[in-house]
Amino acid sequence: MIRIEDIHKSFGEQEVLKGISTTFERGKTNVIIGQSGSGKTVMLKCLLGLFEPEEGKIYYDDRAIQDMNHEEKRLLREDIGMLFQGGALFDSMNIEENVMFPLRMFTKQRRDEMLHRVNEVLKRVDLENVNKKFPSEISGGMQKRVSIARAIVNNPKYLFCDEPNSGLDPKTATLIDNLIQEITHEYGITTIVVSHDMNSVMEIGEKVVLLKNGLLVWQGTNEEVFTTENEDVVDFVYSSNLFRKVREAYKKYKF
Amino acid sequence: MRIIRYVEDVGSYFYMLKRTFSSFTKGSVLRELIFKEIEDLILGSFYIVAFISFFVGSVVAIQTALNMDNPLIPKTLVGFATRQSVILEFAPTFIAIIMAGKAGSFITSSIGSMRVTEQIDALEVMGVNSLNYLVFPKIVAMLFLPALIAISMFLGIVGGGVASVYGGFATATEYINGVQEDFNTWHLTYAFIKTFIFAFILATVPSWQGYYMKGGALEVGKASTNSFVWTSVLIIASNYVTTQLLLS
Repeated sequence: MIRIEDIHKSFGEQEVLKGISTTFERGKTNVIIGQSGSGKTVMLKCLLGLFEPEEGKIYYDDRAIQDMNHEEKRLLREDIGMLFQGGALFDSMNIEENVMFPLRMFTKQRRDEMLHRVNEVLKRVDLENVNKKFPSEISGGMQKRVSIARAIVNNPKYLFCDEPNSGLDPKTATLIDNLIQEITHEYGITTIVVSHDMNSVMEIGEKVVLLKNGLLVWQGTNEEVFTTENEDVVDFVYSSNLFRKVREAYKKYKF
Repeated sequence: MRIIRYVEDVGSYFYMLKRTFSSFTKGSVLRELIFKEIEDLILGSFYIVAFISFFVGSVVAIQTALNMDNPLIPKTLVGFATRQSVILEFAPTFIAIIMAGKAGSFITSSIGSMRVTEQIDALEVMGVNSLNYLVFPKIVAMLFLPALIAISMFLGIVGGGVASVYGGFATATEYINGVQEDFNTWHLTYAFIKTFIFAFILATVPSWQGYYMKGGALEVGKASTNSFVWTSVLIIASNYVTTQLLLS
């Protein structure tokens, strides 16, 4: 579980996060949504410890990241898996080496043990026979799956995903969404997804948090997104005709 | 404002150095990275360094011979002048500038591309000290630069000999005698001391340019150009200082 208490973050004169508090539960897919510039990425970087908030605390299972020393923060990061927007695979390494990287860095496993685990997670993300290929030789969707495999290979407790669907076709995007949710449930991970893809939010958002101008303006489940009358949600989510019609149909037929 | 930016840049360079030598990466991983960097930066530069050294040594010998109009000047001077030019200046300084273009640009663009594609963020999120992981192996690899410079010295002198003999400027015996004449080992020591200084500049300045760059692909190109300019400027400036301190 990750708990945030009243975090503030500014860059110069500009206050980007203006006191955000919320809880992200274990074994659930938590989705942070909001317009560009609403503070999503800054919040994610604060959670990851890449930015230091000026005020407030971030608790990882009741351990405040601000109270941790350098070594404790380093150890915490070993428990974190991250799926970057562009995959962020190391292009000097092949797929096998990319996925094996966290194991080589943080475990004392033998090479055959590491290889076994790599093949296991690659199979889990439906990727086989790509071990010796380089990231530039596989598609964007496959790169995302390799990135997920790398993120979960060391059994993380927390999984962060930054725009996991950007640049993917709808079918592959749904596949990645489902994979994230399945892995979250299977391994009991606390997953936080930053997205502005509403399909993704509706698909996997067991908890949805809406940010606007650095403030948390609404939180609830993906089901509640359909029923809420919160004007910020209505303004953000139902700005598209398609979602407006889906909401009207949902209210009418309660499917 | 520009002065403040320069001060910030200098500060970030020293901060980078401090972090490079802290929170070390796992030994077995680091060892592999070091070997890879030696292959990319030192062995990968061998052919171009060998080619340039041989022909520049030849040109130095020919020009020295062509400028000796006085028949009283012994022909051994061709070998002597070539040796001095190659050991004192050409091999350490000129090759370091070549390396700033070849290895330096490679370092900046590879680290810069990693910055743009979030690979550095990925390392940090995983709890890896990205500066130690990326920069430290390059510094260690560059400690082998003196080996490359020694080869450059040898090939430069050999090139001078070949050009002198086949150009009819001196006999092989005259050239070899000239190369051996008044040999001062301190000059060799001086050349290698400054090579170590250049090696450190060659590993760290391009890394700094790549690591702290902001933007996209275009900025990677700009950072590589800046890296070459700043590395060359620092090599020339430190060459002056070390020469003043060690030889005068």
